[in-house]
Amino acid sequence: MAAVGLARRDSKWLKSKEAGAMGKFFAVILVVITLASAYPIVTHKFVQPEDISTHGHAIDEQLADTMAEGGFAFVGAQLLLAFFVWKFSSRKDGSKVTHLPGGAKLMVATAFILVGTEVLALGVLGQKAWADVYFTSPKPDALQVQAQAGQFAFYFRYPGADGKFAPLHPDKIDEGNQNYFGLDPANDVEARDDIVTAEMTIPVNREIHLLMHAKDVGHSFYVRELRIQQDFVPGLDLSLHFTATKTGKYEIVCTQLCGLGHYNMKAYLNVLPQDEFEKWLKDRAAEQ
Amino acid sequence: MRAKLGYIVGLAALAACAVIVHAGPSGGTVSGKVTYEGTPAKQKPIDMSKEPSCAKQHATPITTETVVTGPGNALDNVVVYVSAGAPDEGAPSQAAKFEQKGCQYIPHVLAFQVNQTLEIANADQTSHNIHPLPKVNREWNKSQPPGSAPIVDKYDKPEFIPVKCNIHPWMHGNFAVLKNSHYAITEGEGGFSLANLPPGKYTITAWHESYGDQSQDVTISGNEPKTVNFVFKAKPY
Amino acid sequence: MESAVSPLSRTVNAKGRGEHMEEAAVQPAHVHAPPEGFISKYIFSLDHKMIGKQYYGLALVSVFMGMVLSWLMRFHLVWPDVKVPALGALAPTGAPGGLITPEYYLSLLTMHGTLMVFFVLTNAPFAGFGNYFLPIQIGAEDMAFPRFNMMSFWTTFVGFLVLVLAFFIPDGPPTSGWTAYAPLSAVGKDAGPGLGWGQNLWAISIAIFCVGQLLGSLNFISTTLDLRAKGMTLMRMPICTWAWFITSCIGLLAFAVLLPACLLLLLDRMAGTSFFIPSGLVVSDRLQNHAGGSPLLWQHLFWFFGHPEVYIAILPAVGIVSHVLVTSMRKPLLSAKVLIYSMMSIGFLSWMVWGHHMFVSGMNPFSSLLFSFPTLTITIPATIITLIWLGSLYGANIQITSASLFALGFVSMFVSGGVSGFFLAQPSIDIYLHATYFVVGHFHMVMGVAAIFGILSGTYFWFPKMSGRMMNETLGKLHFWITFVGTYCIFMPFHYLGLVGNVRRYASFVDDFMAPLMPVHKFISIAAFITGAAQLIFLYNLIHSRFRGKVAPENPWNATSLEWSIPSPPPWNNFGGRHPVVFHDPYQYGVKGSKGDFVMQDSPEQITNG
Repeated sequence: MAAVGLARRDSKWLKSKEAGAMGKFFAVILVVITLASAYPIVTHKFVQPEDISTHGHAIDEQLADTMAEGGFAFVGAQLLLAFFVWKFSSRKDGSKVTHLPGGAKLMVATAFILVGTEVLALGVLGQKAWADVYFTSPKPDALQVQAQAGQFAFYFRYPGADGKFAPLHPDKIDEGNQNYFGLDPANDVEARDDIVTAEMTIPVNREIHLLMHAKDVGHSFYVRELRIQQDFVPGLDLSLHFTATKTGKYEIVCTQLCGLGHYNMKAYLNVLPQDEFEKWLKDRAAEQ
Repeated sequence: MRAKLGYIVGLAALAACAVIVHAGPSGGTVSGKVTYEGTPAKQKPIDMSKEPSCAKQHATPITTETVVTGPGNALDNVVVYVSAGAPDEGAPSQAAKFEQKGCQYIPHVLAFQVNQTLEIANADQTSHNIHPLPKVNREWNKSQPPGSAPIVDKYDKPEFIPVKCNIHPWMHGNFAVLKNSHYAITEGEGGFSLANLPPGKYTITAWHESYGDQSQDVTISGNEPKTVNFVFKAKPY
Repeated sequence: MESAVSPLSRTVNAKGRGEHMEEAAVQPAHVHAPPEGFISKYIFSLDHKMIGKQYYGLALVSVFMGMVLSWLMRFHLVWPDVKVPALGALAPTGAPGGLITPEYYLSLLTMHGTLMVFFVLTNAPFAGFGNYFLPIQIGAEDMAFPRFNMMSFWTTFVGFLVLVLAFFIPDGPPTSGWTAYAPLSAVGKDAGPGLGWGQNLWAISIAIFCVGQLLGSLNFISTTLDLRAKGMTLMRMPICTWAWFITSCIGLLAFAVLLPACLLLLLDRMAGTSFFIPSGLVVSDRLQNHAGGSPLLWQHLFWFFGHPEVYIAILPAVGIVSHVLVTSMRKPLLSAKVLIYSMMSIGFLSWMVWGHHMFVSGMNPFSSLLFSFPTLTITIPATIITLIWLGSLYGANIQITSASLFALGFVSMFVSGGVSGFFLAQPSIDIYLHATYFVVGHFHMVMGVAAIFGILSGTYFWFPKMSGRMMNETLGKLHFWITFVGTYCIFMPFHYLGLVGNVRRYASFVDDFMAPLMPVHKFISIAAFITGAAQLIFLYNLIHSRFRGKVAPENPWNATSLEWSIPSPPPWNNFGGRHPVVFHDPYQYGVKGSKGDFVMQDSPEQITNG
């Protein structure tokens, strides 16, 4: 029966006389894990692709600063844990337990000052990168392109010679005839020069104003090299603007789970010199 | 007494004729051509760049196949069939085969009979998710990872069923599920021929996926071939 | 002052360490009658201990199911052309001939997440251990509402059955993830396989689960506030009790939002409403007959629940690990009070951060900035907790057992998972890392693995109390080493993949930039299979020890809290009819002047500061 609790005789399940090898082993394994985890980062084995945008360098700097802070915190905390477990596990019987000088006050102060200010500072400084993307308006002469996301492909539309996007009629969508947007050229004059393509081609060094339309469910537009990601939301007219600074072929991939073909939902982004872009657009217009 | 004998001989002769007629090499044949007038909508090239393993199978991009034409204003991919006057037939034993190759449905229009086995194969290195869209029959869609076995299924009601791929939006085709074996699909110069038709009154229907269907009646009395032509009105959009 | 109730609970000058004794609320003599018969003992039991074990058992079944689903996912990602034996027969539509289709992969993913978050991480650390030990640790005979308690388990069980039913319907389980974003989850079967009755069953199952959780939370809160024994002030409650209490407060509010969200989703799907569906959608060639709804509304409702939910998953583990660490270190924490206040601040801040799941969702980008500040601020209490643990280890005498190894492993995992959160809390970085494997690595480490370590630590620690037998320590330590190294091998590389931009929730990796990453995926899959297999060691240990383990004493760990003052296993009414009186907090280890190196909470022994 449970007598009120004076200290019991030492339970045989706590063998404090043991050499404490396993505590030291824990410390060693943890150090190995920590260094092995840090190694691919420190040697830049897994990095984002080259930035081809005008706003991306701010994001990359933010990421690098965060990696330095976070890496320092990660390595520091794990090594401290390993050191304490090495030193303070399964000590000899009769060893006295002691307290860290400074106690809880020191821990709280450390957390607030060191971590709190760094975290908030990075957070505050990091807003500029966000603001560059979201709190600026597209230039009036930006090239307008509309992207439509629908299970499971992206299609793009250029306004054509009249510079206007014709209205969309969901009931007129006819994919067998490549009418992905639901244009009605028979009745809408502006639809007759709209150019619909399966690849997004843009001129280099020219601001693009991307209008985003969702046909059926949620999707997302992600181009790693452009440092852009934005969801398509059915019912919302969202848009992005950006400028690509390097020609080449890049992948646009969907990052919002949209059904069984989500993994196969991509399109190519071609960034071309201005004259090649114009030729491409002309060729596509002829195919409409 | 002599009239009665004559009567019997006459009946026997008629019966013999009937036997000869039915036992002969074939019944009547209805053939003809399907053409269009006007300007059909332009068939647009299909950009398969989102599926590189398919894109590289086509040196020049394939086009849409909603209106396929031939020389002399021929209209291809028209299903010409006997819609009335012939009895329903049981399904033949061999399967109707539909293939997904190069991210294209081959053939674009597949005609087969009610309850006939339909076999759908995936010859591509990508998954397809074939989705026939019937209004009368049971709707289903099925994924086929590369290397998986053909889908085996059948339809138990006659219907024209559009077919699409859920993963590749440009892939479109058609199933024509028919009640009997008297059908043909036009190609090339747009000609068709429906043979082995016993004497009788028949309705021949021509169905096109974009232009709808047209019917004409024809009577077969003996072995002489009948001609039926169809002309569809094309639309530019 | 003599207590008239029992001669054993002498209250000899109960002032210790300057704390005053308080009268707890009056308790009834007994909460319910002793159980008679098999059904009321083992099936429809009112006893919080049996209910706790039932929750734990349900979580055990769920975690193995969830693990098998994840093996199938990892197998398919790296060997998509290899036929999985027997799967073709079990799932002829989802995996014809044993080849997993894209939709089946998404079903596996959805069910894995749903089972793990709801039926494992909310069940085991909170409803499982909390039900078992909260009443005992505060000196009560049972929960305040034993019938509600029983109902809460059986409701949860029905929710589980409804969810699992989705595997057996022709169209299969849903494919929209455990997050079930609208309109994919709302428009019905036009949106794809599994989104017909599979999605309905999901929403019904989770709605039922919410009801179970609300009943449970009501119980925990009432019990903690009303049924504490004499002398058991709030600050004398063990940290895990505090964690369960804070979690139940969060749970009451969070599940109260998820329940109507699921009902609205069901109305959109079945009654033609349009809470989440705007007009003009053409899904699979069909124009949807809805208008006026907002997909973002679902996200707000879901994440308003979803973010507090992840703290519901982790705080009990924080509590359990703190409890185990204190016992294993043979010294108190630098300050239990600071740790408790930190848990409370986390609970409070958890309501303000949900938009960090929605930075690029299309909501107002100014909101994204607003959400990022409390998200970054939560780092502070989390860091305080971690530093309290680390700082307390200084000068300790850590006893290495399976339980303490998992507790130390938890500290390591919590740091790793927490640091990656720091990246995702910043919207500008989230532009690049959102929906990549970086996010998946983050939440698996900080919530999945860490919480599991908390559950395992609690299991090894409390198994002797619950069953009267010891678990095999050799097998326990072997289980720890493989799991600790294995989970790092699985989830650390997820972060590297995310840095390259590897998108998540992909059934196959067909994009050009993915090809060089396949060797990393292979490494992860193999680590997953090995680590998963090691869990069988735990399962064997659990079952074998239950019947053949060495008989456990009352207090094998020389611990101080009230559960160690009663027999192993405890009698049906916990304290055998007596009312314990508490004199100390549960951190009296290594106290100067005490006999032995610890003083139990109900010991009348005086402790002086000298």
